Amino acid sequence: MIRFENVGVRFKDGGRPVLSGVDLHVEEGELVLVVGATGSGKTTLLRCVNGLVPHFSGGILSGRVTVDGRDTRTHRPRDLADVVGVVGQDPAAAFVTDTVEEELAYGMESLGVHGDVMRRRVEETLDLLGLAEVRQRALRTLSGGQQQRVAIGGVLAAHPRVLVLDEPTSALDPVAAEEVLAALTRLVHDLGLTVLLAEHRLERVVQYADRVVVVENGQARSDLPATAMAKSPVSPPIVDLGRLAGWSPLPLSVRDARRLSGPMRQVLASATPARVVRSVTVSGQSQSLLSARALVVNRGRRTVLCGIDLELRAGEVVALMGRNGSGKSTLLAAACGQLPARAGSVRTGGLDPASLKPRDILRHVGLVPQDPGMLLYAETVGAECHAADSDVRAAPGTTRALLLHLAPDVQEGTHPRDLSEGQRLALALAIVLAGRPPLVLLDEPTRGLDYGAKARLVASLRSLAADSHGVLVATHDVELVAELADRVIVIADGEVVTDGPAAAVLAGSPAFAPQVAKVMHPQPWLTVADVAAALEAS
Amino acid sequence: MNRALHNPRLPRLLHPAAWWVWAIGLAMAASRTTNPLLLALIVAVAGYVVAARREIGAASPFGAFLRLGLFVIAMRVLFEALLGGGVPGRTVLLNLPQVPLPAGGVRLGGAVTLEGVLAAAYDGARLAAVLACIGAANALASPRRLLRYVPATLYEVGTALVVALTYAPQLVDDARRVRAARRLRGHAGRGPRELARLAVPVLDSALERSLDLAASMESRGYGRSVHRNAGSRRKATALTLFGLGGVVAGVYGLLDGGSAPLLGLPLLVVGSAAAAASLAVGARRERRSRYRPDPWAAPESVVALSGAIAGGLVLVASQRGVPGIMLQTSPAVWPTLPWLPALGLLLGLLPAWLSPLPPVRALERAGGLQDKHSPNAHTRNVHSEDVGTQDIHKSVGSAS
Repeated sequence: MIRFENVGVRFKDGGRPVLSGVDLHVEEGELVLVVGATGSGKTTLLRCVNGLVPHFSGGILSGRVTVDGRDTRTHRPRDLADVVGVVGQDPAAAFVTDTVEEELAYGMESLGVHGDVMRRRVEETLDLLGLAEVRQRALRTLSGGQQQRVAIGGVLAAHPRVLVLDEPTSALDPVAAEEVLAALTRLVHDLGLTVLLAEHRLERVVQYADRVVVVENGQARSDLPATAMAKSPVSPPIVDLGRLAGWSPLPLSVRDARRLSGPMRQVLASATPARVVRSVTVSGQSQSLLSARALVVNRGRRTVLCGIDLELRAGEVVALMGRNGSGKSTLLAAACGQLPARAGSVRTGGLDPASLKPRDILRHVGLVPQDPGMLLYAETVGAECHAADSDVRAAPGTTRALLLHLAPDVQEGTHPRDLSEGQRLALALAIVLAGRPPLVLLDEPTRGLDYGAKARLVASLRSLAADSHGVLVATHDVELVAELADRVIVIADGEVVTDGPAAAVLAGSPAFAPQVAKVMHPQPWLTVADVAAALEAS
Repeated sequence: MNRALHNPRLPRLLHPAAWWVWAIGLAMAASRTTNPLLLALIVAVAGYVVAARREIGAASPFGAFLRLGLFVIAMRVLFEALLGGGVPGRTVLLNLPQVPLPAGGVRLGGAVTLEGVLAAAYDGARLAAVLACIGAANALASPRRLLRYVPATLYEVGTALVVALTYAPQLVDDARRVRAARRLRGHAGRGPRELARLAVPVLDSALERSLDLAASMESRGYGRSVHRNAGSRRKATALTLFGLGGVVAGVYGLLDGGSAPLLGLPLLVVGSAAAAASLAVGARRERRSRYRPDPWAAPESVVALSGAIAGGLVLVASQRGVPGIMLQTSPAVWPTLPWLPALGLLLGLLPAWLSPLPPVRALERAGGLQDKHSPNAHTRNVHSEDVGTQDIHKSVGSAS
């Protein structure tokens, strides 16, 4: 169905090739997962399939890409629209119209599908993706999972034979991600659709894949999932656990791993995870950095938080979870004074953050927003660091030193836009830390981060906590929470639903349990590292 | 066509063009009179229909247009009082200190006369009423829906307008977020230097988003079905532009009492004919299809005609010189309501009963009748989040 023959891509004349010598063959009806570290060329590979590279992006393509026998050199993306459907990383940015039905019909209108056929296909697509209830809603008012499903439906309604998706679940909460993946697997099984999918969060998708393409240093090789995972540079926790225990074949789903894990669970039955011990000691009487009492916050006329009570102390790392739109970002905004409390109170270090001057807020609380780029204005990393020093009147070089600690490989002269997601996050974090705020807030920091960058982020945040900072992270990423958090707060509909030690909250929930917890259930193990440490001790 | 569509009781959204014709009819009436009673009647008619037939949950710019109208009246009166107008008057309300100016014909300050103020207020009220009619059309049928009906030959322009309409509010959102982020770095986000700082990330993300959108449109086949040669395309575009220009000039002629008689109805007819011709030419070459085009059935005709006839009656009355349409201001008299034009304007109220209810409003009404305890039961159901995810969160709560 899709055939890459000796494909190479370079964007600058004489520059380093992004892809080189790629030979791939994807059969009809396969679900193929594309994995690789950030910047390895996954997105470029995907955009080659419908000719966006090079027709839209520019650059030089050597070799040949054919889809259903059509060569992308002679067919523009619009000429391939009836064969290949592409869903980008940010579904909201790709919407052309403003209601669900019109968006589903847009592609068909462009293809000139007859009105009656179009009407029928829109109805089918609404049912297939479970969107019938929201058919007349404005796209802006939908939740993230619904938006992603509309984006998929919009290309699917035109009946392409190949579907290409770039990180379809990275912005979604675990439940919404399951919805999207369930819809995708149904399409593959029922309609024989060919799906090519790139994703950082392998733990969510690897079990559904028929083949895995590993992209590394511009090269791509295709293997069966278990074989590919055995030597892949990125791997989900379940594969790491399998490698640790030496299981063969490597398990890819929780079900397979549970079958193999019997002996390991017996060995560990009497051991206690180190984390349980730690979270008991941390909740002692250290200084309170953030406290909310019956906090009510509005966004415009809508009440988003209705009566939040919470407490965060120095030395704690707390994860804030809950589905898209449950009020996580609003709580962070209230905690750093961007939104005023309508009732109740929020205090950071004993003061109301909304009443502080911008200059003083930095000394109490720092927030890394969902898109770290929002914090960046300067032309180079060096200038950005310099500006951050003068913003908080820190000694020159403070931010640069922090950045060197967080991400040693960032060059002074690089433009912030050219950094990888992980490096940009490190820069934003360094800028925020320059003001030495005791409380650090992060909003959805792992979007677009690969496993390596995530591990570095976890290490930096843990060392902040050890330095008696308080850290509050709003996230959907259960594996990150398992690695990072002492305590988990779950909010839903603007109220705190759960507040407890990470091990208890995560292990006890079907939606929020990390893979290791699911495999080791009912023992409260959360991460591969915990298991490894205990195995060594026993 | 489905015959049930002729029944005004079937809840659906009316063809946007019907509401716009109705509103232009009322606006035409408003532009031909300065009688404040008639003008108030026009605004009341428009407001009542908006209140009765606006879709619930959609944005309503009607209030904003009313406020704009009041602002126009206030400004008009203020300038009249400060600068004086061409209206001679004897009833002096108050004397402002006059600033001597060298040029003749212009004055600053001086006597403020009742006649002058009234003339200015009536004139402002006329514009305010026209604005209210346009606001009503916006509230009843969003311009975005109307844009779906731009002729095929202007499809690209129409798409650009739709995209711009989507992007403007997003740009405002972005600016707000960047300003909030600026505060995180210890700046208040005010002042011209700060503004320049804000512009960089806002424009950055706008550009990035538009590239994403362009990639999405390209890969979904935008512009694919255009197989016209340059010559025929130019001809069709010229015809369309001429036609639309004719329609606009014609409407202007009808609205403006002072323009040459040739500019009104004849130009509108010629323009409409040219536009229709270009539509036909364009449609023949067009390969795009349209999803669920709004039907034009009996209720659409009723709505369009009610507005057009109401406007037409006032137009005829003003040309016949019916007393009370143009109000005398010098000397000032109490306004009286001319009965015949007023009754004609009441025709414009008919859509409040004879047009179908919009779907959500109909649901709301039905819900209110079925279940008095929760009048919003139906709409809440429509707007609620997935029940499944809620259940899982509940189970999280109980698990701990």
